[in-house]
Amino acid sequence: MPPLLQKLSEAFGVSGQEQEVRDILYEATRDQADDIRVDTIGNLIALKKARKAAPNGAPMRVMVAAHMDEVGFMVTGIENGGWLRFAPVGGVDPRVVVAKRVVVGQERLPGVIGLKPIHLQERNESKQVVPFDKLVIDVGVGSKDELEGKVQVGDYAAFDMKFRELDASPDGLRTVMGKALDDRAGCALLVELLKGDYAFDLYAAFTVQEEVGLRGARVAAYALKPQLAFVLETTICDDLPKDKDLPDVTRLGAGPAITIMDRSVVADKRLVNLLVDTATQAGIPYQFKGPGMGATDAGTIHLTQEGIPSAVVSTPCRNLHSMANLLSLSDWDKTLQLMQATLQRVTPDILAR
Amino acid sequence: MKELLQKLTETYGPSGSEEQIRAVIAAELGGLVDEHRVDALGNLIGIKRGSGSGLKVMLAAHIDEIGVIVTHIDKKGFLRFAPIGGVNPLTLLGSRVVFGNGVVGAIGVEKLESPKEAPPIDKFYLDVGATSPDDSPVRVGDAAAFARPLVQVGPRWVAKAMDDRVGCAVVLEMLRRLKSTPHELYAVFTVQEEIGLRGAQTSAYGLDPDMALAVDVTTTGDTPEAQTMAIELGKGPAIKVKDSGMLAHVGVKDLLIQTAQAENIPYQLEVLSRGTTDAMAIQVTRNGIPAGVISIPCRYVHTNSEMVDMNDVENAVRLLAATVSKPISL
Repeated sequence: MPPLLQKLSEAFGVSGQEQEVRDILYEATRDQADDIRVDTIGNLIALKKARKAAPNGAPMRVMVAAHMDEVGFMVTGIENGGWLRFAPVGGVDPRVVVAKRVVVGQERLPGVIGLKPIHLQERNESKQVVPFDKLVIDVGVGSKDELEGKVQVGDYAAFDMKFRELDASPDGLRTVMGKALDDRAGCALLVELLKGDYAFDLYAAFTVQEEVGLRGARVAAYALKPQLAFVLETTICDDLPKDKDLPDVTRLGAGPAITIMDRSVVADKRLVNLLVDTATQAGIPYQFKGPGMGATDAGTIHLTQEGIPSAVVSTPCRNLHSMANLLSLSDWDKTLQLMQATLQRVTPDILAR
Repeated sequence: MKELLQKLTETYGPSGSEEQIRAVIAAELGGLVDEHRVDALGNLIGIKRGSGSGLKVMLAAHIDEIGVIVTHIDKKGFLRFAPIGGVNPLTLLGSRVVFGNGVVGAIGVEKLESPKEAPPIDKFYLDVGATSPDDSPVRVGDAAAFARPLVQVGPRWVAKAMDDRVGCAVVLEMLRRLKSTPHELYAVFTVQEEIGLRGAQTSAYGLDPDMALAVDVTTTGDTPEAQTMAIELGKGPAIKVKDSGMLAHVGVKDLLIQTAQAENIPYQLEVLSRGTTDAMAIQVTRNGIPAGVISIPCRYVHTNSEMVDMNDVENAVRLLAATVSKPISL
């Protein structure tokens, strides 16, 4: 059971209120970082200065980013009977929220997203998708008054899910299940990377508000002005059986997924080649993420100022943006290995054309 | 001009994989500018220093074209793909594509439940003659451009990727003919326009020019039952007033109109209801940059047979050259 990943997964940190996650990461990185700060929008930036000699002149500035925020909900209104109206924060499919447990507000009140029981539904009602404005969070009180001082409009709610290990066999997939593995798994990876020694200045950026528009990363990249950037993410893994011979975006167990192109970025080819070359030489299995879908912090990072060559490396993860994400620690380990090996080969020469 | 346009339109360069077209343009650029370089995102920037008394003027023409990217190789060697840029499914069936390594493929489609509507892109597939993933000459992630030679039809040229290789040709030809300029000219051959004006955004930030002119294509309203639009082939280059992404800077627009009138260059005024150019991204960079567009009227945009009029192209070169040859005050 990886303790840091468990703690991160269970922490409450919906986009815009990442404090709890940031505090955990601050504690986890302060001993490794030469400098650590929180910027205006809430990104946690930890600097690990070069410990090895840079090949020529001043050490490069390398940014590696992982986002702290998770998708969740925000209270938009309180009914007289005490039910909470709410809206999604980030991209949440309304079909995955019905009947799920959540925790609400500063007091982390437990609740459930309620819907009319199936016994009472009309024949065709059970076939329709219920939109968010017809759902409520039920925290089990009898009236609005009981929530005085405990919940108000603007409070956040997050999925309520304990982190669990599913397959502990050392040679197996070593799957784990929890909420917010997107992108707490990336954050945990970044904490590990800060322990390494590099021939460049490593700026570990734990970003905020990725899920609502890649916002923290844009601010961080502008301030850091790195010469290149890697983004550590989790990505769509839809390898369940399909009727037709159609692509999986990624497959569990096939190793780290390297992005070629998603909706937000064309990964810099020089960095993609470096990753592929490193994986091949080191014998690390890898896959390419199915091109054309998803967006990551690299989307805003690469367009910052005069442009920053960027690449994305992801751990495949099933059930993204829902309560129970599922990933393989075997894949996670290999993603870490790939990043460790790749960072050791980062020099100014790799950006030569 | 025809040879240059043929070379440019027939070169491979979908958004994100512009290495080949960039090399071709760099070779043309060699003798025409004082220096050139490639920036972080892959934009090719040529610098022509003028007499020094003028402005810093950025010209933008995008080198990327729309295409497709392989998402899957199925058990029998057929390829599934996603679009790169605005690919119209109507243009796919029976089209030929070419990959960066020269492999050619043909596009087929699944049996259709209702043949009356254009099928979505995920019902199409590419056939490169492979029989399994093992003997496929291309991999997941490889990008392909449409494959079509340039032909002449009367006073018109028809090719794929006129958008925006004709813009690139206009900028190159203008540089070839330019005798003198008071301005510091930055001829930027931008990347990734079709997927979000990305190269223009970062190159404009880096250059921070005083004024920018994009050279791109625009649609026409002169074909049967066309979307209403005033632009016609053969009536001259279009000076952009407005498109769906920007209102052209009034000073730049007026400068272009005055120049056209003074030089007796035919021109049209363009209001485009759907579509935009690099100028949109440049306009809102940093503190804001006065930006306008010279558009080449083009029929059948984003198909394999984009059609432009030779005289419009020639007049676009003349208009661009005349505009940057003399002092500018906005």
